[in-house]
Amino acid sequence: MILREPYMPVETKSLADTVFTKDLTFERTDAALSLAHIFFAFAALLLGGVAGVLQGLVRGGMIELPLSIGYYQLLTAHGVLMALVFTTFFIIGFMYSGITKTLGGKLLPLSRKLGWSGFVLMAAGTVIATVCILLNQATVLYTFYAPMKASPYFYIALALLVVGSWLSGFGMFYSYKQWRKTNPSKLSPLFAFMAVVTMLMWLIATLGVAATVLVQFIPWSFGWVETIDVMVSRTLFWYFGHPLVYFWLLPAYICWYVIIPKIIGGKIFSDSLARLSFLLLLLFSIPVGFHHQLMEPGIPSVWKYIQVVLTFMVVVPSLMTAFSLFASFETFGRSKGAKGLFGWVKFLPWKDVRFFAPFMGMLIFIPAGAGGIINASNQMNGVVHNTLWVTGHFHLTVATSVAMTFFGITYWLIPAMTGRVLTPRMNRLGIIQSIIWLVGMFFMSGPMHAVGLLGSPRRTAYTTYSDNAAAVGWMPYHVAMAVGGMILFVGVVLMIYNIVAMLNMPKGHTEYPIGETAEAPENTPKLFERWSVWIGLVIVLILIAYAIPFADMLQNPAPGSKPFVTW
Amino acid sequence: MWLTFGLVMLGVFLLVLGIGTFARGMAPPTSEHHHSIDPEKVMETPPFDKPGLEKIGDNEYNAYMVALAFGFNPEKMEVPAGATIHFQVTSPDVVHGFQIPGTNVNMMVVPGQVNHLSHTFKKPGEYLIICNEYCGVGHQFMATTIIVK
Repeated sequence: MILREPYMPVETKSLADTVFTKDLTFERTDAALSLAHIFFAFAALLLGGVAGVLQGLVRGGMIELPLSIGYYQLLTAHGVLMALVFTTFFIIGFMYSGITKTLGGKLLPLSRKLGWSGFVLMAAGTVIATVCILLNQATVLYTFYAPMKASPYFYIALALLVVGSWLSGFGMFYSYKQWRKTNPSKLSPLFAFMAVVTMLMWLIATLGVAATVLVQFIPWSFGWVETIDVMVSRTLFWYFGHPLVYFWLLPAYICWYVIIPKIIGGKIFSDSLARLSFLLLLLFSIPVGFHHQLMEPGIPSVWKYIQVVLTFMVVVPSLMTAFSLFASFETFGRSKGAKGLFGWVKFLPWKDVRFFAPFMGMLIFIPAGAGGIINASNQMNGVVHNTLWVTGHFHLTVATSVAMTFFGITYWLIPAMTGRVLTPRMNRLGIIQSIIWLVGMFFMSGPMHAVGLLGSPRRTAYTTYSDNAAAVGWMPYHVAMAVGGMILFVGVVLMIYNIVAMLNMPKGHTEYPIGETAEAPENTPKLFERWSVWIGLVIVLILIAYAIPFADMLQNPAPGSKPFVTW
Repeated sequence: MWLTFGLVMLGVFLLVLGIGTFARGMAPPTSEHHHSIDPEKVMETPPFDKPGLEKIGDNEYNAYMVALAFGFNPEKMEVPAGATIHFQVTSPDVVHGFQIPGTNVNMMVVPGQVNHLSHTFKKPGEYLIICNEYCGVGHQFMATTIIVK
């Protein structure tokens, strides 16, 4: 008989806890922070998906909405929930998990606090914005162009979303800074470096949207000032609007650069190439907003062209990324004995959803990027501007390349955070979900591109323009889009099912996959972490691109606009 | 090597865009010299007080147009085939779009600004002009036509 000391039961309890936490990658509180973001993101995906499929059916002429719901109301909900809420919550949840993993395995108390405060502010903003949209008080689309005036609370909600994301960003910066302080001679982990670049870009970019919302929209929507300068608000919006799309993309790049090599069993091709491409993306993501305003008055052609040139600089890090990813795949295949030019392809783990979904995202990014080059060319933009082509374009970039990468991340992130193991059945369901998504997107985005070239406008409810022959000719494409939308909705529902089912998988340890570099880390130049240099360069480029035309807008303002509610 | 090839191609591409824009006059629509207007007084500011066509040369016209929720003014226009039209468009209310499907005519109409774009209509036919920027509940009905004879 063993003598039990009084403290023994306590000891046993903590032992049981250790057994459980052994399966967990992180402490429970840190895992909870990431999981809260991820679950919130997928709830937004479900709601946004409902709005999306209904829109598709209306535009295809297949259904009519019950009187109280408007097409543009659904469009606003779809845009806000998908483009702003799903993405931002997922990105912050994912990057917080990677920061925790790579910077010591445990969040610093201040970072944890900032992360939760950010979550609360963003969640509050989302709820308020959604209520405004449902009450039909904010049917202004997610771009909320002045002088359409939504409820002031809609703008406040957007401000809460942005400020919340800043707090999360500060939490990540703090973790990174403290790690560097305690590891002065070491190169920072690649994941953490990339997360810092992403949040830095986000912080600099959101200054524009914060400025227009706080200085222009909120006072004007409350009636404290009479008019708003429309061109200034549009310019500030698009100063933010293009880096927004890179904010969606960079976390997907983190997965491609850092996670995927580990999942296939290979190595990261080059640490310094990866860091350099992120720094170039930081530099050339912001001073480029005019390429969204090519068709607008009030901006001289020469400034539009300068920003077009800066936009195309992004081709450089994109080529570097494509090169290093496929170099990593090929090196791995050859190490397994692959022969011939493309023999390495069959050594990749095609049946693993954690690889398959993001890889399909990468492949789709090739045509998606080519479409982007067309959009940003100042003459070709005239053919596609505000047509469904553009909608087709970003359903390939953000809704396929980025979304599929995020889906692929989910299949190991949720198991790692909850101390469970992905079952073969769940893996198979994941592959099926990915294929449904690809097929749905083929039927939706393909016709969007085609009918956009024919001239069918985006953001427009069902119409044949009094049976105009050209517009009637667009209808078969719109029907195909609706079919694609229905397939995609099945994909959304299956994704939600998969997430719920993953919470019931058997307990066990799932590794958080962080890739290692093929080369020695000493090869990475120290300069890459001299942030003053990079932030300085960003500021210089922004000043070159914006200072003169923006100062001109402020000095020679066009007469302002009073608010309009046209819905 | 591939990276160099990519960079050279990028340079060539940007050069083509630049030459197109500045040497061949294919710049996107804009108002180069501050062409602003008070959106509240569009209907009383010439030439928008009398929207319509103005013949300025041999088969060459200025078209002064107002885009408003939810239609265009004037409602119908007619020109002979081969006509060059210099569109000048503004808005008294929210932001609108101005697009003629099947052509490269596509521009934003922003209140407070007058946007400019020219096009030569070589083939006869009925051309649809639509608003391609969401402007409110009746946005999908906002259209007019130009008849080219």
